[in-house]
Order: sequence, then structure tokens, then C-alpha cells
Amino acid sequence: MKLKHLLPLGIFAALVAFLWVGLTLDPRKLPSTKIDKPAPDFTLTQLLDEGKTISPSDLKGQVYLLNVWASWCVACRQEHPLLMELAKSGAIPIYGLNYKDVPQPEDPFDHPKRANAERFLALLGNPYTASAYDEDGRVAIDYGVYGAPETFLIDKEGIIRYKHIGPLTGDVLVNDILPMAKQLEG
Amino acid sequence: MRLIALFLLLALALTPVYAEEAEPNAENPIIEARMLALSEELRCVVCQNESLAGSQAPLAQDLRQEIREMMEAGMSDHQIVDFFVERYGDFVLYNPPLKPVTYMLWFGPAVLFVLGFIAVFLTLRKRRASEVAALSVEDHRRAKELLDDGANKE
Repeated sequence: MKLKHLLPLGIFAALVAFLWVGLTLDPRKLPSTKIDKPAPDFTLTQLLDEGKTISPSDLKGQVYLLNVWASWCVACRQEHPLLMELAKSGAIPIYGLNYKDVPQPEDPFDHPKRANAERFLALLGNPYTASAYDEDGRVAIDYGVYGAPETFLIDKEGIIRYKHIGPLTGDVLVNDILPMAKQLEG
Repeated sequence: MRLIALFLLLALALTPVYAEEAEPNAENPIIEARMLALSEELRCVVCQNESLAGSQAPLAQDLRQEIREMMEAGMSDHQIVDFFVERYGDFVLYNPPLKPVTYMLWFGPAVLFVLGFIAVFLTLRKRRASEVAALSVEDHRRAKELLDDGANKE
């Protein structure tokens, strides 16, 4: 058989290979541009204590997780038991960035602004050392957040080392985040 | 009665229904126009097949507001695009920048076109080469003879 006759088969095989790989890619996962860059600075009030602020510059010197969450976020609820377990283990401090968590404008009970988020923690437990209250989502935009929950691993110098989009899983935690945190802890 | 109802129904069906676009900001129509033009060029990262201008996702609304404020603060379109790329990567651009990883994207179609053109050219040349040589006078005479012969027999 002539080599020429194998050409269509070759093209077909290449196409299949491309499509096959394409199936395994998740178009919703954006390449993170923030890895190995300094965590954007901010100063926000703490969710549970309006009198106190929280800022990444206060957190320098420790390796910690920054978890973007909201009471309206179903996937946050899904990952919450895992965060509770992680907090209990004391392996790494978890800070929260409470993202655009305000009652609906048509809220019939006229809840105060932070009520939903506070209730979420009261009901399910609070794994966070502290949560920053990002009412209008500006800080989250600076972090390139496009869907809660997202979790950042930040090192002692305040550099973002790892980012997980979507609910954390035990697998990601045990295989990726905790070993990396341990290494950063040095 | 039924006819009137039908007519009304048809009239209703003719009412144009537009997808809601970004809410116009009456305060500054110039900035609004600039913002809309720029956000057409940017992808909404939540609903990825929509532009930032056309999306009603809460994040898209926030980002449009962000663009308005950056424009009011006097930032150029270029600076605002950089703001987006810094956060979400080149993926947010509907016009991807020219760099080694995007060479395929930019030049692929042109390369395919040239390859196709060469293929057509080669095929046509080969076909011409294999064309049957024109018949000579003698061939024509003989063909006519055979045809006439067949016609006579019937």
C-alpha cells in the first residue's frame, strides 16, 4: 500500500487524539495568573467583629489558607465539613474571605448585612481563625476569584503558592495542599 | 371573539424581546459607550461564551462597574485590559495576543489555506498530464466509419 493512502487515516488519528485530550480538559478552569505572585493587599473588617480589621500584611510570617466563601454558595456548604476537620487538626490556619454575603434586597425580615454569614457559621461551625468581610466583592476581584469557593495557599512572605477552584476535596488537601504547606513551613 | 384573541396573541408575539444588555449609566454617556465597547472585547469569566457586555452574571455587573470607575479615574483602555489580564489571564481577551503559544491560532488558518491551494494545484496539474491526447484526423475518420457501419446494419 502506498504511503499516500495512509494519509487520511493519519489525519483522522491526529484529530481523534486532539479531541480525546480535549475531553479531559475543563474549560471552566482558568489558568491562574496569581500563582507565585504576592497576595493582593487589602484591609477589611472582620466578619464577626466589625471593630477589628484583617489584612494580609498582618498574616505575614505564617503559612495559611485563604478560603473564599459565602452563605449563599452551595459548594461552600459542601466543602465545609472538610474545613471543620482541617481546622480541628490544626494543620494549617484557615482564614476566610466572606464574598458578597448580604441578604437579598427583597429580604422580608430585613436582616442586618452580616446576618446570613453569621448564621452559616453558627449553624455549621466556624473553621476560620478570622473571616474578612468583602461586602462588594472588590477584594475578590483583585484575587481573580470568579466563583466561590476558591482556596489560596499563601506562604510566609505573602506569596500565593497554590490555588484551588471549587470545593476542596480530601484528595486535593492530602495530596497537594498539605504537603506543599509543610514544605513551605520549612 | 376568537379572532380578536388570536390577533392580540399575534401582536404580543411581535413585541421584540431583547436580551438585557448592560444597564446604561445615564450620568456619563461617553464613559458608558467606552465601557460597552471595551467590555465587548472581554470574556465574562463566569459564563464563558458571553462577552462581559452581554452577561448578566453578578460578577460581570461588578466588573462593568469596575471598568466605569477605572475610566472615570482616567485610565486608558489599555490599562484596563491589563487589569483584566493580570487577574484572569489572556483567556479573558477575545482578541488573543500574538505570542509563541498562539502562533497556531493566528497563522494556522493561513497555513492550511496555502496547503490546500498547493494540493489543488498539484491535483490539477496531474490531471492535465494524464489527459488523453487529442484525436488525429485518421482517428476521426475511423470512428465515423465505425459509427456509420453500425447505423447501416440496423
